[in-house]
Amino acid sequence: MKKPLLIFSDKGIHCPIADVYIDAWKPVKKNIVTHGHADHSKWGHQHYLTHHYNVPIIKHRLGDISAQGLNWGETVLINGVQFSLHPAGHVVGSSQVRVEYKGEVWVFTGDYKREDDGITTPFELVRCNTFITECTFGLPPFKWRPQREVMNKINQFWEECKQTNQTAILFAYSLGKAQRLIYNLDQSIGTIYTHAAVENMNEVIRGIKNLPKTVRITSETKKEDLIGNLVIAPASTQGSPWLRKMVPYVTATASGWMTFRGSRRRRAIDRGFVLSDHVDFSDLMTTIKESEAENIICTHGYKEIFSKYLSEIGYNAYVENTPFEESHNMIEDE
Amino acid sequence: MNDFANLISELDRTNSTNKKVDALVQYFNEADHRDKVWAIALFSHRRPKRLIKTTLLRFMAAKTAKIPLWLFEDSYHIVGDLAETISHLVCQKERNPHNAMTLHEIISHMIKNRGEDEEKQLAFISSQWESMDFYSCFVFNKLITGGFRIGVSQKLMTRSLAKSTGIDEDVIAFRLMGNWDPKHITYEELILSPDKDALSYKPYPFYLAYALDKKIDELGSPQDWCYEYKWDGIRVQLIKRKDQIMMWSRGEELITNQFPEIQNLKDVLSNGTVIDGELLVYKENKVGSFNDLQKRLGRKNVGKKTMEQYPIVVRAYDLLEYHTTDWRNETYDQRRTQLESLVEKLNHPLIQLSDRYHIQNWEEVRHAYHNARSNRSEGLMLKQRNTSYKIGRKKGDWWKWKVEPLTIDAVLTYAMRGHGRRSNLFTDYTFALWKSSENGQNELVTFAKAYSGLTDAEFKDVDSFIKKNTIERFGPVRSVHPELVFEIAFEGVANSSRHKSGFAVRFPRILRWRKDKSINDANTVDDLKSLIPNG
Repeated sequence: MKKPLLIFSDKGIHCPIADVYIDAWKPVKKNIVTHGHADHSKWGHQHYLTHHYNVPIIKHRLGDISAQGLNWGETVLINGVQFSLHPAGHVVGSSQVRVEYKGEVWVFTGDYKREDDGITTPFELVRCNTFITECTFGLPPFKWRPQREVMNKINQFWEECKQTNQTAILFAYSLGKAQRLIYNLDQSIGTIYTHAAVENMNEVIRGIKNLPKTVRITSETKKEDLIGNLVIAPASTQGSPWLRKMVPYVTATASGWMTFRGSRRRRAIDRGFVLSDHVDFSDLMTTIKESEAENIICTHGYKEIFSKYLSEIGYNAYVENTPFEESHNMIEDE
Repeated sequence: MNDFANLISELDRTNSTNKKVDALVQYFNEADHRDKVWAIALFSHRRPKRLIKTTLLRFMAAKTAKIPLWLFEDSYHIVGDLAETISHLVCQKERNPHNAMTLHEIISHMIKNRGEDEEKQLAFISSQWESMDFYSCFVFNKLITGGFRIGVSQKLMTRSLAKSTGIDEDVIAFRLMGNWDPKHITYEELILSPDKDALSYKPYPFYLAYALDKKIDELGSPQDWCYEYKWDGIRVQLIKRKDQIMMWSRGEELITNQFPEIQNLKDVLSNGTVIDGELLVYKENKVGSFNDLQKRLGRKNVGKKTMEQYPIVVRAYDLLEYHTTDWRNETYDQRRTQLESLVEKLNHPLIQLSDRYHIQNWEEVRHAYHNARSNRSEGLMLKQRNTSYKIGRKKGDWWKWKVEPLTIDAVLTYAMRGHGRRSNLFTDYTFALWKSSENGQNELVTFAKAYSGLTDAEFKDVDSFIKKNTIERFGPVRSVHPELVFEIAFEGVANSSRHKSGFAVRFPRILRWRKDKSINDANTVDDLKSLIPNG
């Protein structure tokens, strides 16, 4: 039997022929990084390859590392294996990795979504023989509404907070969701304030994309200034003294997990908006079909259930384990 | 049904009690009277019987969503709520301004068509699913699946009704008691102007105590208080009115027929008598265990043998009505004095007095507390002598001081995902104790299930452990590598042939995660057995 082009080793997704890793979780010599979230871009590799948008993002997180930036579709040839990056639409600078050797093509999606969110380079379909896909939301109850519709609701929520003289607190992951929200919020309602962790990332993203004006919250910020305005903060600030200073406020979060009533109630968040940077079940199915792949490898999320379903409807599908999923937190994972 | 679905959606989108009350008040101000009666019924657990077997419903939902049944089931275990799972899968619409049927129309339709053939039921359900938005669909599914717990307490509803009608909250609480039937009663009859006759079939709202949250010395002068034992049975109101005997449980269930022997009190008690007490099994001059009492609960036909084997008694705590007069505003001392003379005069084997003790110094109370378990009670009740009988759970005049629970260290062996706010987290656990088998080997034997007592952060850690240490999956249940030890608390233990370990524990819950212990330090089944009270 032919050796697989990519294997799941104890260090990461490995291409043995080129000795290159993708999203390695233990230190390696050469590592391709799909995107800047912590579970995909670990510290300690000798050399990083990633999309050039993502270089400043991982440098912001990991410090002074040796990183080479690539353009979309630009190919790198290593020992006869051709690597290239293609937009994944997940967050700014996120890629799928295409690996080709002697006419055989594998794609690792990293995390991805199909809808154009306005700020992230939209997803590009890459046909392949073997498709390694995330399936964070690989269950039929996950069905996303169009972004426009969800943003209308979020803007309406902000408007209601303003009318009742409260501060709207929107919890969002500092990289990705925060900028997506800022980009799409209706700034005619008021000012968007940000937590330092979010604003630091905003500064990095502003070197790549245009982002509307936001105001960093400092010790000088008065809580009267915030009333009627909107604050974007990491979910970890919920229940913290930092947040308590902002009463009266109403909390909300935007995440795919908000699909479940239970997730929101458990977190004791007032409003939950279903907005995800991952594919939903139906887009997963579409992408798998359109990839025209013969083999589907499921990682990340409800992989056993999803792979069982794919097998049942005739795909050659199986599961590979990565440490990504165990770091999955209900809110912070996006 | 849109206004009711909107209410549920409003309630869902806030964690503030005041905002929930506001939403309820607005609903009660604006909704159709016929809808309101059903809304009140649903919020006080008087739901209509389910329309259709859930297996059939699951099948139909899977078919509608065009997915295999197993995928539906797997999804359900992760969502943690059947009605919600179905709604996610079948509902296509975001907002539907015109779903024609109102809440009471849908329920009337359900009641009228119960027993019709399945095809017809399925067609009705399918047509509703097609026309509904998410929340209408969710509420509808809650209705037809027969479960309706939606995070509104009866207290919250009562407060909102009081606010909407201007009627005193305590009066509303009384009017909502008992077994009124939402099919026939009108909003006027139930809330606005009930006739006296209807009220005579209702129990009074029970006065419930909070757990003592301070040292007893801080309660003030001991002479102002009495203590009683707290018995571990079912709190009941025994009522004689209009030549009828009725017995209501604290859960507002009429349990008269489950205990035919209380009819013997019909000619003994005078009309207009209400006694608050504890229903217990009492045999050979001893209080039976709760386990014994359970043999008498929920039976439609009570055989003579069961009645002889598990004879019952009502231990009287309080007198709420006497000679057709409401005594609840009399002081505890006055009510008790009257009760004591009444019970003595009755001199009937079915009614005993739960003794009260005057207190000279707190030391006596501490002493009684330490002996409470050997007295077959579950602790003490402290009651202030010059106070009235209140409504619902109130702080101050009454305190319950329960004995420390029994505890044992057990090993986590199986886990299931939780429901409601614990959806998609492994929070329902099965615990095991060591038992030596015939070949001398020690094995772990399941003894209890528990799903409360850990913090959210601990649940998260255990959830992650379970996902990484799953041995096998049995549908929604996972067997887990035995590694984690927890201290399990419970109120009592009794022999049981129905449990694998041979023992049943009462109200098990997790006391703490014993990270300091390995599975070899966990207790044995024999240790559990030694906790059964003697005699």
